[in-house]
Amino acid sequence: MALDDSYLQYPERSYGMDHKRYDWSMLSDRKAVAWPEQKTLALWINVNLQFYPLNQQGVPFKVPGGMTMPYPDLRHYSLRDYGNRVGLFRVLKALDQYKLKPTFAVNTRLAERTPYLMALLKERGDEILCHGYHMDALHYGGQPREQEAELVKRALGGLRDLSGQNVSGWLSPAKNESEHTPELLVENGIGYFCDWVNDDLPYAFRTESGPLVAMPLSTELDDRFILQNNQHSEASYVEQMQDACDFLIDEAGRQGGRILSLTIHPWLLGQPHRIAYLERALAYIAARPEVWSASASEIMDCWQSQQ
Amino acid sequence: MKEDPGFYDYWPYHNRPKIEWPNGAKLAFWVAPNIEFYELNPPANPQRAAWPQPYPALPGYTIRDYGNRVGHQRQMELLDKYGIRGSISLSTALCDHHPEIIERCAERDWEFFSHGIYNTRYTYGMSEAQEREMIRDSIETIYKHTGQKCAGYLAPALSHSELTLDLFAEVGSELFGDEAGIYTCDLFHDDQPTPINLRSGKRFVSIPYSLEMNDTIAYVVNKIEPRRYGQQIKDNFDRLYQEGDESGTIMCIPTHNYQVSCPHRMKAFEEALEYITGHSDVWVTTGREIAEYFMANYYDVALQDIAARGEVV
Repeated sequence: MALDDSYLQYPERSYGMDHKRYDWSMLSDRKAVAWPEQKTLALWINVNLQFYPLNQQGVPFKVPGGMTMPYPDLRHYSLRDYGNRVGLFRVLKALDQYKLKPTFAVNTRLAERTPYLMALLKERGDEILCHGYHMDALHYGGQPREQEAELVKRALGGLRDLSGQNVSGWLSPAKNESEHTPELLVENGIGYFCDWVNDDLPYAFRTESGPLVAMPLSTELDDRFILQNNQHSEASYVEQMQDACDFLIDEAGRQGGRILSLTIHPWLLGQPHRIAYLERALAYIAARPEVWSASASEIMDCWQSQQ
Repeated sequence: MKEDPGFYDYWPYHNRPKIEWPNGAKLAFWVAPNIEFYELNPPANPQRAAWPQPYPALPGYTIRDYGNRVGHQRQMELLDKYGIRGSISLSTALCDHHPEIIERCAERDWEFFSHGIYNTRYTYGMSEAQEREMIRDSIETIYKHTGQKCAGYLAPALSHSELTLDLFAEVGSELFGDEAGIYTCDLFHDDQPTPINLRSGKRFVSIPYSLEMNDTIAYVVNKIEPRRYGQQIKDNFDRLYQEGDESGTIMCIPTHNYQVSCPHRMKAFEEALEYITGHSDVWVTTGREIAEYFMANYYDVALQDIAARGEVV
């Protein structure tokens, strides 16, 4: 039987996007953005601090990086835990060595479980954004709105209490959302989110509950994507960071400020055999005089002040 | 279902009649940027899901949007730098959604060929009339927005029926005679053009488009490193260029703005383009120009040679 004729009808076939969330525009056509002190490349280092529960439910899918074996999957549980116990401290040492400023994307459940870690983050004073409740608490299409609303509230309320920060940024686990996520985030005091990987600069995002800013947190440059998903070598990871940095600085010189956003998972790059490669990439980037190392909010505020 | 699609006979890459490209070039080089529109919420096709997650499937949708918002301009500037005119494999709904991209490509005299309406509408399950209508819409849309009479086809998301090539050739003729519907990029069986058997008997040719050199195959399916991709492109070129002494070859790099134009991949791609265009005897051209040149000069010779091979027992 042939397809229904509606398969050849295209109700959204008109100027702009096929949805109302944001306006269509090409990056190169926008007004040039300037970063402080004549810098041209904003460096946003996003360190993911995650909790992957052993009793993973996998609804509606198993989160990438999560449990894959029959319960109890001790290998993946403990290897992810390694990042928060050991790997993170290597990563922090590397960042501090090159005087680079991280932003921490924290699962609220991790914050609840590790007061020591939260005290450490508070003492450092770096920006904390909410990475959802935990890695198995996914936001997804078809999820009952009330259930998701409760999840957002629990995640944000808990992290605000434990961090002492107002927490205005959001990163969904697996960058997965439901059709209601943007509204729920705005209703819970979120100013920017990082799930839509469709740009290299921030842009205005519409919700029925008010405006939101989409911040460009690259998946393609994420260490988990390169090292675990693509199985590239550590040496190639460094090359890719260097090539991205060089390219964006060059483009920024012609078109205005750009952002290099790096996501680091301490359970990956914090391993003894990988940390030197992270250090090499950071050394290369930090040595470029064009680079402005800033938190996600600082970058967003600077961009917003020029809109 | 058939054992063999029946488009071509076995034609060994051995003692074929010599092809010489214009000005004595050994290799015809073309770049085919896929400029695509994927829908956030397409209707379901019973044979193939558009996205792995329930609506809204952000990971796949948003990176493809990146290609149009960010990547297109980057690749276009790079092709300008090396004097390459793109041959665009176009989701033709993009003419409506993002006319700015179409205008810039048209200004540069790039070629537009049909890649269906949306890359989230599959041919699977279409009746002959439906597929014909979809193809007609795509060819008419290209003409309306660019004045070009669409010469080539790459089925949307490489989703085919048994009749796809026939229908494309027939609709092309109905609309624009022999000026449209003359080549396909859907077959990967050769490094030189091949005359294709169609039910209409129309003169029609397969132009090598190369799945192996396709950035999405390299980066998403094979998951290779950017610099390795760059090296593969150079290696592919070296051998085809060398073999072009014997008979002209074709090299194609099919690209996607959401893959090759990411910041960490541009350097490797640029080095490869610089390497290729730095050689003499390379005809930097478009899909249509290759197809037309082959049909005008070698199509009949090829048919004779293919027929003669069939007679050898």
